[in-house]
Amino acid sequence: MSRAVQPGSAREAASRGRPVAASVSRSRNPGMPLDLHAVRSERVNRPAADARAATLTTRRSVKQAWQAGWLLRAVTLIDLTTLAGDDTPGRVLRLCGKARKPVREDILAALGVEGREVTAAAVCVYHGMVPTAREAMRGSGIPVAAVSTGFPAGLSPLRTRIIEIKESVAEGAEEVDVVITRGTVLAGDWERLYDEVAAFREACGDASAKVILGTGELGTLANVKRAAAVAMMAGADFVKTSTGKEPVNATLPVGVVLARAVRDYFRATGVRVGLKAAGGLKTAKDALAWLILVKEELGDAWLDPHLFRIGASSLLADIERQLEHHVTGRYSAFHRHPLG
Amino acid sequence: MTQVREAFRTPAYGPAPESRRLAMDWLQGGERSFGHYLGGRWTDPGELHPTRCPADGKLLARFSCGTAADVDSAVEAAGSALGPWREIGGHARARHLYGLARQIQKRSRLFAVLEALDNGKTIREARDLDIPLAARHFHHHAGWAQLAAAEFPGHEPVGVVGQIIPWNFPLLMLAWKVAPALAAGNTVVLKPAEFTPLSALLFAEVAHETGLPPGVLNIVTGDGTTGAAVTRHPDIAKIAFTGSTEVGREIRRVTAGTGKHLSLELGGKSPFVVFDSADIDAAIEGIVDGVWLNQGQVCCAGSRLLVQESVEDEMLERLRARMETIRVGHPLDKSMDMGAVVDGAQMDRIRGFLEAGATDGAEIWQPSAGVPEDGLFLPPTLCTGAPASSTIVTDEIFGPVLVSLSFRTPAEAITLANDTRYGLAASVWTEDLSLAMDIAPAIKAGTVWVNCTNRFDAASGFGGYRESGFGREGGKEGMWEYLKPAAGPRRPAAAIAAEAGVRTDAELPVTPLSASADAIDRTRKHWIGGRQRRPDGGYSLTQLDPAGTPWGEAPRGNRKDARNAVEAAGRARPGWAGSTAYLRSQILFFLAENFAARGGEFTRALQGATGMDRGAAAAEVEAAIQSLFAFASWADKHDGSVHSTPFRNITFAMNEPVGTVAIRCADEVPLAGVAGPVAAALSQGNVVVVAVPERFPIPALDLVQVLETSDVPPGVVNVLSGIHGEIVPTLAAHDDVDQLWDFVGDGLSGEAERLSAGNLKRVWVDREGSVDWHRISGDAGALLLRKATRVKNIWVPYGV
Repeated sequence: MSRAVQPGSAREAASRGRPVAASVSRSRNPGMPLDLHAVRSERVNRPAADARAATLTTRRSVKQAWQAGWLLRAVTLIDLTTLAGDDTPGRVLRLCGKARKPVREDILAALGVEGREVTAAAVCVYHGMVPTAREAMRGSGIPVAAVSTGFPAGLSPLRTRIIEIKESVAEGAEEVDVVITRGTVLAGDWERLYDEVAAFREACGDASAKVILGTGELGTLANVKRAAAVAMMAGADFVKTSTGKEPVNATLPVGVVLARAVRDYFRATGVRVGLKAAGGLKTAKDALAWLILVKEELGDAWLDPHLFRIGASSLLADIERQLEHHVTGRYSAFHRHPLG
Repeated sequence: MTQVREAFRTPAYGPAPESRRLAMDWLQGGERSFGHYLGGRWTDPGELHPTRCPADGKLLARFSCGTAADVDSAVEAAGSALGPWREIGGHARARHLYGLARQIQKRSRLFAVLEALDNGKTIREARDLDIPLAARHFHHHAGWAQLAAAEFPGHEPVGVVGQIIPWNFPLLMLAWKVAPALAAGNTVVLKPAEFTPLSALLFAEVAHETGLPPGVLNIVTGDGTTGAAVTRHPDIAKIAFTGSTEVGREIRRVTAGTGKHLSLELGGKSPFVVFDSADIDAAIEGIVDGVWLNQGQVCCAGSRLLVQESVEDEMLERLRARMETIRVGHPLDKSMDMGAVVDGAQMDRIRGFLEAGATDGAEIWQPSAGVPEDGLFLPPTLCTGAPASSTIVTDEIFGPVLVSLSFRTPAEAITLANDTRYGLAASVWTEDLSLAMDIAPAIKAGTVWVNCTNRFDAASGFGGYRESGFGREGGKEGMWEYLKPAAGPRRPAAAIAAEAGVRTDAELPVTPLSASADAIDRTRKHWIGGRQRRPDGGYSLTQLDPAGTPWGEAPRGNRKDARNAVEAAGRARPGWAGSTAYLRSQILFFLAENFAARGGEFTRALQGATGMDRGAAAAEVEAAIQSLFAFASWADKHDGSVHSTPFRNITFAMNEPVGTVAIRCADEVPLAGVAGPVAAALSQGNVVVVAVPERFPIPALDLVQVLETSDVPPGVVNVLSGIHGEIVPTLAAHDDVDQLWDFVGDGLSGEAERLSAGNLKRVWVDREGSVDWHRISGDAGALLLRKATRVKNIWVPYGV
């Protein structure tokens, strides 16, 4: 993409060094006018993206203390998520407890890290669970994210989707994970997509707009890149791979393409937009692969909860096992770690 | 655990060392001294040379520097093993090769660590590229061994093969050489590079353990003197060499006239062409893989970036950003992108190029991170603004140096891409299919990667155009390099000629002019650029009939005639190569038609010139017509193929014309021996310069009248007569002649081979008499078609 740099829009992400939980005072993406030429001229070579994704993890190896350190960081990037039809307040409270203390304190102590440094980045729930989560997270500094806009298909009327966002924000959601209408991408109706995301963003107010592209349903990697570009132009604070409900979720090649879209937007505007990988990340190894991807394609600035999230539910348990292994030298078991 | 906290707060890559313990155990902690592996036994160590790890200078082992006597023993052992190895048959050889493939896999990490230590390449590359590909080559060629009888009927192994390999991919280059040679039934004397002998020595140990029969594989370590002993050894039937163009040239000269088969895989300065329609990020990763793989010490490195001017600034900006993330460090660290340069001398050479480039006005850019101070490390380097004449643009640097140039149009991209003496590989980046398919065939290189780079596989041939050498390694095209037509009951041309009453033993083949007694004076001229031309020197020669009386006159060509003919051919070359096979086929059929219409006249000319009887002369005319028909038929049937490479891509092998072919014709078959090779060359889109038979030029000169009336475009065929010693050396040395066919096979042929070293044109001296022009067999036809083409492999990955 080659776009004019928008003066005044370049604001550095606040945090450096010590990872901290996201706060609402972070800089926002002001967006820019839709640049149709830039969107339409996006090209992605699939085999090359696949090759890049496949070799990212063979080019870099994070071992020993560095692996433990990186996994702790991964924990701080997790949007701890429950999005099931049978969610109840009790289930959500347990999740919130886990978000505050994602890793056993004795393990953290053995690793030389203080407990308050290691919390999840956010908890992510359906609208109905926002009050419960909000209450549970009070004073933690950990934001509550609501999935919204007719999640996961995003096909309810625009009017009600806007209302949904506003109500979630009114209930205390500091972040809103919105889904786009995938059909706009498949039809190449970029103006409609832009308007939709801009409307979502406006409805979010001070809450962060995390735009789910549903990459598994966009058909091509070029479409992924175009959709991400449009979402960012319309003011997305994050671009996010998936709802977790599509048949194909956050794959590394999609990650490579999204990261490059984010990088292009930064080159063009000076604005850092966040990236969220969601769905299908289940193992510590998956998490490390994504961290390597983000570090290599976007740089260290993005390895921060302001700019990179991993949406997951079962991932944390595997990380905990690896961390305990690092401490004890023995391979660990799931039941040794408190349930999230 | 402060390290964990530190790594938590700052996400840096820590060290990720691969253990060297098992490799050092094998090397006895650096104390091991190796002899040679000859005839299934290890010799006592001789004069020892050290081999060191370029990353830290540590001694790894000592190896013996092979003497001429060692090479003699190796060749003798290989010679004794040759018969049995051939006779055990393809299946037994397949079992051995399969075993070698599996043993490489089973010891893959030891091989990888050894390779990284000895060469300085990263463990990642050794682990993920060198070693798996080496195993793949043995696996693939186990298959060729199994199928040899079925796939290559009428062929036999060449004999004892001398192989000399470079230091950049030590085990992989061994595999590329040894696997096809053994599969075809040859036995091998291999000399690894002096910087990197270790993986070959481990391989010898493995081969020995798997029960490879003694003498089938012999490894002689050493330096250039050892290599020279191999290339000069009289009992070696073929030399296969991979290395620098300079050494390749020397080998060409040394082997000239010896009858040794030769394949050379030499240097390159491969273009990496990026159009504005490319996925630029993908292209940048391609550059990283293309020019910084193995510290740029790759013959096919895409070291000449040609980028479309409209995206040049953006591309270079992004490229520099990407270069900042390239990590250079100890090759055994699993998180390194680049390791060490192989040797101090190589390091100095690379730095010399950079200094020269800077003097020439190039901007030399390197990322800010720097490289470790100890050890032979160089950062990835980008040169911009270099004048086209600078050596960093024209010469192979063999280091981590990318030179960037820009172009405006696809036509200019092709011109720049081909503006080089080399022709090994090219990489083309665009998402525009019709553009890619236009550019790939237009670039003169043996491999063209579309939207990818440095892809290799055993099922696809690899090798060069131009001064990047000749011959292919991998695939069926590679197997031909290790086979020759089986010696059978073949009719030597001389015997046929004698039978037909042709006297080729006249004391003077042609004599200075004395007028013949034609009713009306007949004037035969050269045919150059579609016009009949008198010889530049103004001299003619008289052809005597068998009774010794003057029978006709022929122009006495000289070096200027040869030069003019080559220039005319060069002008006709693009048009003819670009013509359709259908058109070429029609023209050859038409030629045959017009020739046949004048068959009686040619029969009489043959009789008169050579003294052969009418029946033999008519038979030769008939043979010439058959040849024309055969190659007219083959014009649109010598199809390429699609290789089964293990990637999601199409790897298609195109048979492309070689270019300008100079043909030296023999006296024994004065007419069919001219029409046949000309038709073969023309059928595949080559243009030719023919030196007609020295003793009997007139029948061939009369062919000109048929050519003139058969729609052959001007310059596509050029006909010269005269004393071969006065024209052939000019053709052999000419830098714009791409290939020489010599059907005479005398001392001048050897001289021609020597002279060909200048531009490393392909030379085929048919000393074995593979072609019987009186009746073109299927095998001979296929051989001619292979000689008339060179294989270009185009790789096109696909996917959405």
